[in-house]
Amino acid sequence: MTAAAGAGRLHTAYLQPGSSSFTEFLAGVAPELLPAHRDLPRGVEVAAPHGTTIVAVEFAGGVVMAGDRRATMGNLIANRDMDKVYAADEYSVVGIAGTAGVALEVVRLYQVELEHYEKIEGAIMSIEGKANRLASMIRGNLGLAMQGLSVVPIFGGFDLDERRGRIFSYDVTGGCYPERDHHSIGSGSMFARGSLKKTWRPGMGESDAVRSCLEALYDAADDDSATGGPDVGRRIWPRVAVVDVEGVRLIEDDELAGMVTDLVAARRDNPGGAR
Amino acid sequence: MSMPFYVSPEQLMKDKADYARKGIARGRSVVVLQYDRGIAFVAENPQSLRKISEIYDRIAFAAVGMYYEFENLRVAGIRYADLRGYSYDRSDVTARGLANAYAQTLGTVFTQEPKPYEIELCVAEVGRTEERDQIYRLTYDGSVSDQHGAMVMGGASAAAEEWIKARWNPGLSLADALALAVSALAADPAGGEPRVLSPGQLEVAVLDRHRPRRTFRRIVGPLLVDLLNADSPTAHAPETDEGIPGHPDILSASLVDTAEAAGQQGSSSTATDPSSVEHDPRVPPPSDERGPASTQRVETGDDPT
Repeated sequence: MTAAAGAGRLHTAYLQPGSSSFTEFLAGVAPELLPAHRDLPRGVEVAAPHGTTIVAVEFAGGVVMAGDRRATMGNLIANRDMDKVYAADEYSVVGIAGTAGVALEVVRLYQVELEHYEKIEGAIMSIEGKANRLASMIRGNLGLAMQGLSVVPIFGGFDLDERRGRIFSYDVTGGCYPERDHHSIGSGSMFARGSLKKTWRPGMGESDAVRSCLEALYDAADDDSATGGPDVGRRIWPRVAVVDVEGVRLIEDDELAGMVTDLVAARRDNPGGAR
Repeated sequence: MSMPFYVSPEQLMKDKADYARKGIARGRSVVVLQYDRGIAFVAENPQSLRKISEIYDRIAFAAVGMYYEFENLRVAGIRYADLRGYSYDRSDVTARGLANAYAQTLGTVFTQEPKPYEIELCVAEVGRTEERDQIYRLTYDGSVSDQHGAMVMGGASAAAEEWIKARWNPGLSLADALALAVSALAADPAGGEPRVLSPGQLEVAVLDRHRPRRTFRRIVGPLLVDLLNADSPTAHAPETDEGIPGHPDILSASLVDTAEAAGQQGSSSTATDPSSVEHDPRVPPPSDERGPASTQRVETGDDPT
C-alpha cells in the first residue's frame, strides 16, 4: 500500500485517550468551530440581536424555567418568537440572555458536550459537573464579552442525587453561583425578580410555579421595552420548561395559551397583578 | 553489523493476519441482526466493560477482541460523529462515513504498525425502513463488508454465522431475534450440547427504528428476562421510556402486568424499587441486576439554530 492509505484515517487527536469533553476535543481539532473563536477589530461596537429576560424558580418537585420570546437590536425588535430556553439534556435546561448569535452557539455546543460525555462515560454527569462545564464555556467567551458580545446563561436542573431542583446563575467572567428559590437574568430581570419575590412560595406546586414565572415575565415586559409581553394577536407565548424527576418537558402552546390569557384577563383593571 | 533475515511481504502480512485472527478467536462472540423494528446487538459479556455502544442518533457500534483497542476506536467514533453533527447537521452523520474512517485507520495500523489491532468491529445504522438499514463489518486489516440479516463476530464466528444466516428471515420480532442470537452464541462449535446462557451473561441493546432522535437503548433486567422467556407474551421492547430516573439509554421494566406497573408509577412518580435505592441512579446497573433503572428519555429539543 502507498502513503495514501493513511490519508483518510482518523487523526491522532481522535484516538487520544483521556478527555470525555467535546469542547476540549474541539479546541484541539477544530478551534474555528468554538463560539469564542471570533476575531473582532478592537474598539468597534457590533450591533447584533440581544436576547432578554429569563426566570427560573424551584418548586416542590423540580425547577420551572421560562423566557420571553423577544430579541432586540438597539431600539428595534429583531425577532418576535425566538426561543431562549432549551433542554440541555434529559434532566436540565439552560436559558440565555445576551448576544443571540453567540448564545445559541454556546447552547448548541453545551448540548453536544453533555451528550458526548454521556456516551463516552456511560453515565450522566452530576448537576454540579454540568453547571461547571457551562461556566468554563462562558469563561472562554470573556474576550468577546469585553467587546460587547456577552452571553449570560442561567442553568436549572433536577439533582438526581438530592432529588430536587437546582438553579445556577453565571456572570460574564464565568463565575457560577448556586441560587436559592428563584432567579432571573436579562434586561428585565430586576422587575421579574421583584415580581417573583411577591408571588413565589416555598414548596409551591408545579402549576403555581409556572404561574409565578408567567407573572414575572409579564411584569418584566411591563417596565422593560426589550422584554416581550404575551402576544395575543400572534399567539406567541413565553417558552416554559419544567424539569422534574421524569425529565425535561416543554409546556405545549395550547396549554400555555389558556394560562396566559387567564393572566392577561386577571390583570385587566389590576395592572399590578396578583397580590 | 548483523543482517536481518529477509521476510517476504506475503509472509509478513500472513503472519500479522494469523496473529490478529488468533487474538479475535479467543474472545466471546457478538451477534448483530435485524428485526422488524430495528437492529439488535447481543453479546455474551458478563462483565460491565461494554462491547456495544451508542455512537450517534441512529448509529451503534459493537466489537470483539482486545478491549483497549476497540474502546479507543469507540471513543474516536463518538468524537467523529459528534464533530460532524455539530459542524454540519445531525442528519449528516452516517454509518458509511464512520465505517470508511475506521477502515482507513485499521488498514493503516495493519500495514504500518508492528502489531495489528486484534479486533473486529460492526458499525450499524438503523434506517427508516428495514431495507435502508446498514450494517458494516470491519476486520483487523481494514476490509469492510456490507452485511444483511444477521452477522456474528469473534469466537467461533464462522460456524455460528453460517448457522444464524440459515435461520434468519426478515420481519422477526425482537423476542424471536434475541432467541435466535442466543442460540447462535450458545451453540457448541464442536457439535456438542449447547450451553445455557442466562440473561445475566448477556449484553443486549437495540437501535429502535421508530424512536425520534436517539434510538439506542440497552435492554436489561426484567424486560430482558421476559424477552428471552419463550413462555412470556412479551415480544417487543416498549416504544416509550419509563419515568424512573437513571441512565437515559436503559430499558428494564417488565411489560407483563403493565396495568399494575402503570398504577404504581401513577401513584408516585418518585417511587422506586427498594433494591435500586442504594444504586447510584446515574450509573447503569450491571446487566444482572433486576432493579429498575430506567428513565424517560426527553428529547433535548431542536437545535437552537
